[in-house]
Amino acid sequence: MSFFYHFGKYLLFLKGMFSKPEKLSVYIDRTITEMNNIGVGSLAIVVIIAVFQGAVTTLQIAYQLISPLIAKPVIGSIVSDSSMLELAPTITCLVLAGKVGSHIASEIGTMRVSEQIDALEVMGINSSGYLVLPKIVAGLLMIPLLVVISIFLSNLGGIIAGEASGILTSEEYLQGARESFLPYNLFFALVKAFTYAFIITSVSAFQGYTTNGGALEVGASSTKAVVYSAVAILFSDYLLAQLML
Amino acid sequence: MIELIDVRKSFDGVEVLKGISTKFETGKVNLVIGSSGHGKSVMMKCMVGLLNPSSGNVFYDDRDFTNLEYSKLREVRKEIGMLFQGTALFDSLTVEENVEFTLNMFTDMTKAERRDRVDFCLEQVDMAGINSKFPAEISGGMKKRVGIARAIALDIKYLFCDEPNSGLDPVTSRLIDELLKQITEEFNITTIINTHDMKTVFDIGDDVIFIHKGSNEWSGKVKDIKGSGNEMLTNFIKASFFD
Repeated sequence: MSFFYHFGKYLLFLKGMFSKPEKLSVYIDRTITEMNNIGVGSLAIVVIIAVFQGAVTTLQIAYQLISPLIAKPVIGSIVSDSSMLELAPTITCLVLAGKVGSHIASEIGTMRVSEQIDALEVMGINSSGYLVLPKIVAGLLMIPLLVVISIFLSNLGGIIAGEASGILTSEEYLQGARESFLPYNLFFALVKAFTYAFIITSVSAFQGYTTNGGALEVGASSTKAVVYSAVAILFSDYLLAQLML
Repeated sequence: MIELIDVRKSFDGVEVLKGISTKFETGKVNLVIGSSGHGKSVMMKCMVGLLNPSSGNVFYDDRDFTNLEYSKLREVRKEIGMLFQGTALFDSLTVEENVEFTLNMFTDMTKAERRDRVDFCLEQVDMAGINSKFPAEISGGMKKRVGIARAIALDIKYLFCDEPNSGLDPVTSRLIDELLKQITEEFNITTIINTHDMKTVFDIGDDVIFIHKGSNEWSGKVKDIKGSGNEMLTNFIKASFFD
């Protein structure tokens, strides 16, 4: 029952965001600021994770498929498909749930407990629209972009690891990647990225917005934001795979 | 003028406000006094719409605030300024951006016009020249003043202050009191102050309502307080001065 109660509150919270903006230009400015925070601010961690993820996957696939009967380009094909279908969208977004999600929850939670959200309401501003909508829009624009960057860098990591370890050449890797490439896989990765972006930003904002208490509760909301976002990402990962593959 | 008619508020079956009816006159400093936990802040939150009363009505110059549709409610809220107990300044914005906030949201003023208005408001509270500071860089008393400047940035009709002197030294408290009195008279607004500081009451108050256990225990003019004959109020005043 508690789940349905909170899920209902979450849906009402989302509905509450969509009122006519007090001033569109302010919302656009805030969205651009959030795009910078979410996108540019997360770029470094995404680059590091993507390169190592591609490199490690290449080494492990090579370890499992070492056989004269299997052509080396198969390794490139498996790594590139895995990156596109699962590793880049899901792992990147799980990390972003930690970085972006906890930041959103603690920022909004602190505003809640220090009465800044009350101040917005008294001014006649739709606080959820003003605070949360720009974050969700920025997430929907920037997180898929980060996932695309992650896919590219995973493959780059795979190529570097293949060359460095002497397992396969970059030509063999790219041959395998090109042969197995399906545009639908990229579409699937982007659908995942949009879904996860919405989950990360909205669930975290909801946790922050409904914080009640003081500093301790802000910390608890931040933790809940990460845990609930991660669980929702994994659940929707399965659901999307079941529905679309 | 703001009028409350039989306002009640309950939390989980516990009645915190027990049918408050009163009027707050325009151009006067109206004080709401009472011990902590007796419903002063809940009443103020019901008045500004942060809480919905369980029953009863709040009228802003004949507009039933409790039953207005959302768009009209927002229009009334633009006429309200509020100074929060913890100031509630936006800590990611500078002092100037804090004061400019409502001007930017609700007016078509140019950047230069907004800047002039911000400077005017900061001068009113004797805080000129700190435009680029962040709230974390200024003292508690300065934050309160900036909070007042933000509250009066739009042409407000109603000013709410929740414990404006809490956490301030006596000298700064008196300055804030004088400032609130001056702004009320200069802009002819309805000012409502929650406080348990009796010095504030006697220094700047016009009308007083004494809330005790969620009820309007006594209301009247400041000059009549000492001869009120209300035992609860007398005890409250004695305790305040004894402290």
